[in-house]
Amino acid sequence: MSENIVIIGAGQAGAQAVQSLRAEGFTGPITMVGDEAYPPYQRPPLSKAYLLGQLERPRLFLKSDAFYAEAGCELLLDTSARAIDRAARTVELSDGRKLPYGKLLLTTGGRVRKLRCPGADLPGIFYLKTIADVDALQAAFQPGKRIAIVGAGYIGLEVAAVGAKRGLHVTVFEAMDRVMARAVSPALSAFFAAEHARAGVTLKLNTGVEGFEGDGKVERIIAGGRAYDADLVLVGVGVLGNDDLARAAGLACSDGIVVDRNATTSDPAIYAAGDCTRHYGREGIELRLECVQNAIDQAKHAAMAMCGKPKDYAEVPWFWSDQYDLKLQIAGLARPTDTLVARGDPASRKFSVFHLRDGKVAAVEAVNAGQDYMIGRKLIAEGRAVEAARIADLSIPVKNLIAP
Amino acid sequence: MKRAFKATFIEDNGVSHTIDVPEGWSLMEGAVKHLVPGIDADCGGACACATCQVYVDPAWAGKLPVKTDMEETMLDFAPLVKPNSRLSCQLRMSEALDGIVLRIPKEQH
Repeated sequence: MSENIVIIGAGQAGAQAVQSLRAEGFTGPITMVGDEAYPPYQRPPLSKAYLLGQLERPRLFLKSDAFYAEAGCELLLDTSARAIDRAARTVELSDGRKLPYGKLLLTTGGRVRKLRCPGADLPGIFYLKTIADVDALQAAFQPGKRIAIVGAGYIGLEVAAVGAKRGLHVTVFEAMDRVMARAVSPALSAFFAAEHARAGVTLKLNTGVEGFEGDGKVERIIAGGRAYDADLVLVGVGVLGNDDLARAAGLACSDGIVVDRNATTSDPAIYAAGDCTRHYGREGIELRLECVQNAIDQAKHAAMAMCGKPKDYAEVPWFWSDQYDLKLQIAGLARPTDTLVARGDPASRKFSVFHLRDGKVAAVEAVNAGQDYMIGRKLIAEGRAVEAARIADLSIPVKNLIAP
Repeated sequence: MKRAFKATFIEDNGVSHTIDVPEGWSLMEGAVKHLVPGIDADCGGACACATCQVYVDPAWAGKLPVKTDMEETMLDFAPLVKPNSRLSCQLRMSEALDGIVLRIPKEQH
């Protein structure tokens, strides 16, 4: 097999695909196209250690330049894909070039959802998705400044934690009635809200943002019918899957590029992996995930399928967030109808919440409780039934939950 | 310029790689940067995947930081674990570790 492979999107999934394609024995040429100036890098530290200045930029890169050279992967950076010609099997690039492909892999990731309210274009309003975004934010992100954060999701709260640590005055505006409402159960929302309050962060829940005002730059945020002074604004209100290129090429898309369990799109010569895909989760529900786990695992499955060794993708999703000295780790996908079982006391700042569905562990949320997280992840993967009383009983070591 | 110290990674097949790792970087980062085979490091250093396992030469055991609960747990689920197994993403290079010798398991998955 020597027909070439083109990868559009130089992120976590793209880098993984290069590695996995070679590991699976693909020997043909690989070209990876990325619209940023950098080779694939880790995004999770952007809103944590990198923003805090504790991680230099070179340490963000997932692979060294030598890796791509050795893997025989040509990197075309600062270059975007304009269109796919499926009949001719070519991709038109922003420099006008037409790149032929034998197989195509789309790892186009996501882009931040932008606010459209009045004043949303004022200078001083930042988003956070790329190295360039953080570098731009960095200059304004200074001790003593008043930062208004829109959205109490992972990004908003991680930046709030870094801001509080750096000595900024932080106010977070959230339209819903609790923090991280899409990601965690109410008990964890309450715990993290209290931790942020303790660190001096002001939380405004049930407070939708109506607009921004300022003379030449943002000076006020209008939210919940009131105006608040702000020197800068960080918006973290979600991510959209980058499926425009695929959609324009006539591939099936639905808030994400639709793929089957082998990361194959509606065109058998085109595959997709990572944040940009709408795929079937292990529970048979269609979903689009934004996480490192899915980028890595789906890219591996795409590589296997591209090498003629398809294997159904049904991995347990996992996520993490670092805020202050708290490590939040989540495995599985919770549903509102799950039975919740707490293990440990939030006051000890080390606890977890297990989600049971039909008596089996379906998800686990752990705070500073790595063991609970890992055991939970294993229990989910195995579909193991566990008694709620045993989970809650701290006198039973968590490892014993998995003992046969 | 940051100081750098030496680390030697030995593959399961005996092939040895001696590399410079900048002070403060994890040994995993050094290995990835220098294309040492067998250090997969899927998660990029978040202590979330256990694919950067190494066996630490006994001579260095006393100079390592103690394992966190997290590292301990990750290793519980890693393949081919031995008493001297560590996750190289959790080991930061310092003068005390200059010259450290690490063996790489046959596989990480």
